[in-house]
Amino acid sequence: MPLNLDQIERLARLARIEISAADGGETRDRLNDVFALIEQLQAADTRGIEPMAHAFELAQRLREDAVTESDRREAYQAVAPEVEAGLYLVPRVME
Amino acid sequence: MINSSLKELGAALAEKRISSVELATLLIERIEALNPTLNAFITVDREKTLAMARDADRRLGAGLAGPLTGIPLAHKDIFCSEGWLTTCGSKMLANFASPYDAHVVQLMKAAGLVTLGKTNMDEFAMGSSNETSFYGPVKNPWDNTRVPGGSSGGSAAAVAARLTPAATGTDTGGSIRQPAALCGLTGVKPTYGVVSRYGMIAFASSLDQGGPMAKSAEDCALLLSAMSGFDPRDSTSLDRPAEDYRRDLEKPLAGLKIGLPREFFAAGMAADVREAVDEALAEYRRQGAVTVEVSLPSSGLSVPAYYVIAPAEASSNLSRFDGVRYGYRAPEYTDLADMYCKTRAQGFGAEVKRRILIGTYVLSHGYYDAYYLQAQKIRRLIANDFVQAFRHCDIIMGPTTPSTAFALGAKSDDPVEMYLSDIYTIAVNLAGLPGMSIPCGFGGEGGKLPVGLQLIGNYFDEARMLGVAHRYQLATDWHKRMPEEA
Repeated sequence: MPLNLDQIERLARLARIEISAADGGETRDRLNDVFALIEQLQAADTRGIEPMAHAFELAQRLREDAVTESDRREAYQAVAPEVEAGLYLVPRVME
Repeated sequence: MINSSLKELGAALAEKRISSVELATLLIERIEALNPTLNAFITVDREKTLAMARDADRRLGAGLAGPLTGIPLAHKDIFCSEGWLTTCGSKMLANFASPYDAHVVQLMKAAGLVTLGKTNMDEFAMGSSNETSFYGPVKNPWDNTRVPGGSSGGSAAAVAARLTPAATGTDTGGSIRQPAALCGLTGVKPTYGVVSRYGMIAFASSLDQGGPMAKSAEDCALLLSAMSGFDPRDSTSLDRPAEDYRRDLEKPLAGLKIGLPREFFAAGMAADVREAVDEALAEYRRQGAVTVEVSLPSSGLSVPAYYVIAPAEASSNLSRFDGVRYGYRAPEYTDLADMYCKTRAQGFGAEVKRRILIGTYVLSHGYYDAYYLQAQKIRRLIANDFVQAFRHCDIIMGPTTPSTAFALGAKSDDPVEMYLSDIYTIAVNLAGLPGMSIPCGFGGEGGKLPVGLQLIGNYFDEARMLGVAHRYQLATDWHKRMPEEA
């Protein structure tokens, strides 16, 4: 079923992507083309079929609870937009 | 030299007929001359490359060289490479100089390969034409008005134009095989779990797999042997003994059973592709293989199933790009939520946003069962089809793509039309099987555009698949052809 602009705006909010009023219609139309493609799945008979999440049914490996990585905080923070005293800076969330 | 195999380059380096520095310099000069037209590379760094080449020359001089030492290699810009810009084709990572190496990059360095640069790609590997790249489209070296395919379009164009002897790629729904087909190369997507995804920027984690792109199956066998292997840092890396993927290259084809899926040879394949594929199959029969019809009845649903599963995984994976720890941050915002929304609106291109929104929708409350679980059930049916088919054959063959390279812009405004370019390749990713594309002739106007033959192996049957491809390449010379301007 095709989505309307309100539903597209809700999705965009959930995905944390701003969509401008000018782009809303185009986004809706292209998405509805894709949803029409996906809709084909509904016709398939999948009664009794186990969903397949992965090529191999793997159990997650466990490892020893031991330190394996060295501290490279400076290297990793060098690529951050804004850091101070080893902390990532974001806009204030509490007054 | 530019059309030499990796074995020939290795011999030339070992016998000191050329040094690694000379070879790298020759290719950097070719890139400088041809890349302004092709746009195959996002980053070239002469000093870094030459430093690696000098190091390789020292190893060659000291007798410490392996078969790949000193040979240049380009990496798709999805592989994190320490100190190199690693953009994933996106504005979001346009300023990201990776602080670490991907497992594949580490292994290739250890093998002595010299990084020649980072290749252009569809943004976050989402595309089939290399037109979604923030860095602009790549041109197909066989016809500059056409796409090279995608998402590993830069790697494909670079090898086709002989700017590099080999490149890495990644394949989530066909992103190695489809551009390999459209550019006349050999490209391999291994069994899921054979090549570590550590440091390979994630698109759809249950489907993504790295692999080699080069001129021949022999070259790819050599490269895959170097780039595969267990890596505890990737939770889906398979703990299996190391393999020499060259071991079946000399195996004759007599008695080989080739399965031809009825659904792949139905309507939808262009006449020129059909002709080249049929001729390739005739060559296989001449070499003693037999062909049998097999059926993949659910494969018709692979494209819609993929466009639920891949965007669902992508919407989760790409939530990490929020303007906090790395990459782009919007210059102006009112609060934290607004910073996220503006950063992602400005940092991602249209196709990436579209797929995040699709993924968000199919995972959202009330739709999860109808879309996501239903797609996963169909994924099981598709995988079961292959299990059935491999009861009747050793390897599956068919076209890699429905047509030869299409014109730039022809499908860029119509996502669904673009998605259908991967109609023959996607089922292989959903099942987790190994697949490859090899050049098998030419089509298009005037017969100037490459056609790809797709080979699909059973799980972990890469060595046989590469051997089967190699026997064909011993009898034909499609893989040695290069575009005129190269």
